[in-house]
Amino acid sequence: MNSEAIGKQTIKFNCPPAIISSASIVGEMEGQGPLAPYFDQIETDPTFAKESWELGESEMQRRAVQTAISKAGIPKEDIRYLFGGDLLGQLMSSTFGIKDFEFPFFGLYGACSTCGEALSLAAMTVAAGYAKNVVATTSSHYASAEKQFRYPLEYGNQRPLCSTWTVTGSGAFIVSSTSSEQPLSNYPHIVAITTGKIVDYGVRDNMNMGACMAPAAADVIYQCLDDLDLKPSAFDKIITGDLGKIGSEILIKILLDNGYDISKQHMDCGVEIYDDEKQDTHSGGSGCGCCAVTLAGYILHNMANHTWKRILFVPTGALLSTVSYNEGQTIPGIAHGIIIEQN
Amino acid sequence: MKYNQSHTEYNKYVEIVTPKHSTFKNCLNAFWVGGLICVLGQLIHNVSMEYFDLNKDDAGSVTSIFLILISVLLTGFNLYKKIAKVGGAGALVPITGFANSVASPTIEYQKEGEVFGKGVKIFTIAGPVILFGIFTSWVAGLIYWILLSIGLL
Amino acid sequence: MDYIKAFIIGGIICVFAQILMDNTKLMPGRIMVLLVCAGVILGAIGVYEPFANFAKAGATVPLTGFGYNLWVGIKESVNQDGLLGLFRGGFKMAAVGTSAALIFSYLASLIFKPKITKN
Repeated sequence: MNSEAIGKQTIKFNCPPAIISSASIVGEMEGQGPLAPYFDQIETDPTFAKESWELGESEMQRRAVQTAISKAGIPKEDIRYLFGGDLLGQLMSSTFGIKDFEFPFFGLYGACSTCGEALSLAAMTVAAGYAKNVVATTSSHYASAEKQFRYPLEYGNQRPLCSTWTVTGSGAFIVSSTSSEQPLSNYPHIVAITTGKIVDYGVRDNMNMGACMAPAAADVIYQCLDDLDLKPSAFDKIITGDLGKIGSEILIKILLDNGYDISKQHMDCGVEIYDDEKQDTHSGGSGCGCCAVTLAGYILHNMANHTWKRILFVPTGALLSTVSYNEGQTIPGIAHGIIIEQN
Repeated sequence: MKYNQSHTEYNKYVEIVTPKHSTFKNCLNAFWVGGLICVLGQLIHNVSMEYFDLNKDDAGSVTSIFLILISVLLTGFNLYKKIAKVGGAGALVPITGFANSVASPTIEYQKEGEVFGKGVKIFTIAGPVILFGIFTSWVAGLIYWILLSIGLL
Repeated sequence: MDYIKAFIIGGIICVFAQILMDNTKLMPGRIMVLLVCAGVILGAIGVYEPFANFAKAGATVPLTGFGYNLWVGIKESVNQDGLLGLFRGGFKMAAVGTSAALIFSYLASLIFKPKITKN
């Protein structure tokens, strides 16, 4: 047995897959934020020298995958699968971003939690022995997301204080199988994953995504701790994707009600990526790219230098569609937990 | 995980923890931004009546045309958004807000083509205003016609 | 005096819309629809005309004024053409605003490219 299913929703890998390389490409605004030193590329042209926002996002994703492969130092032919997704309709950015790589492709949609979904499936695939190296990638772009989900960029409206700012960024990761002969022990490893359920607390405010997603994040963190019989203190950090300030506050409260105090360990990528006072982003950053570039840049950097040895990474997504919203439906949330360890 | 809150309770709790813009500050900003736009309208109106000898109706049309032109230009230079950010409803309520809501999708969707981009999307935000404006006035007109016909007016 | 009245009355209508927006989570599109419909109805019950005579641009520049115009158009054409006027009047008075918005917006789309504004 290579891996085992534990508890209700968790898989523990006996030969934990390694993240042998990662790449982060971001836009100008992210490049002016506090995490700027950790990104691989900061592109000041918002269309990435392409004709439209959407194609620009594709180019950003292409560059992220290309950079991750180059940094890994393995030939392109050694990549067996690519798991990827974005926020746009029919995964437009991923399709045009990665088609020229000619990798066998699984397109994923998990809203802003896609990074967690892609890494989970990549880890499962390599751990099961179906592939040696797999790419996981996601992207989001402020302009293409605003255009699809909110208003045209030139339209004048007031953003509420609970709203978030979609991150222009793409992260890519190469996940590789390990064995006792080849433990790849210098790299961070995905030791376990907890796959989240769709959690709906009946929130309908599409400008308050943090409140839609916090219950899902709480649910998956609770399940992860419960399945593995761990306490929050077992982690150096518990890092959520894009709950923002308000969502983070709600998450900590819900878990406290359920007997876990994560206030010491908790950190949120959406809160970290911008400086709200200087950049006026309100509740924080959001989008598939938000947690992907924070993981690829800042988080893995801190693991490589052993600041953090074991983290629980929890990308969060709000399963919102403009159609379901107009039809009066609620906005359910989803989150996936990934435990990453560095020896 | 146990759910110890109903959806209504959770939504109430979310209301409490979610910070809001200060309504007073917002209203103050809406007041002076909206007020100034109306003053600009009055200025155009007065100038066209006094210096160009237009009658009241024509001056009204000229005022609308100029306000819309100014708003579309500001939208193109991405400045209307900045005014709206401060002014809120003060930028939304005047006819300039209507013009902004027509111009912004036209500019934004140009990549999707003349017909299916600009043509289809031009009324994305403003379409409902035309529809319900025309419909409400039709209903009001119908009632007016009935009252006229039965001799009540 | 015109200017002071326009400033204060126009401002007050905006404040009213701002209160609606902040307290009801109504999207801007709905606020615009509400204002126009309110203008039509206030026109129809005879309130808006004296109000517009008093407040000048303060009453005509906000979208309620656009709604009032729709009513004026309908009323005139019903007086003139009877039932058929119901289908003529609305667009007659809305023509200037709608045409100007459509024409200038299309021209703008030929000149301006979409851009990201920084905060």
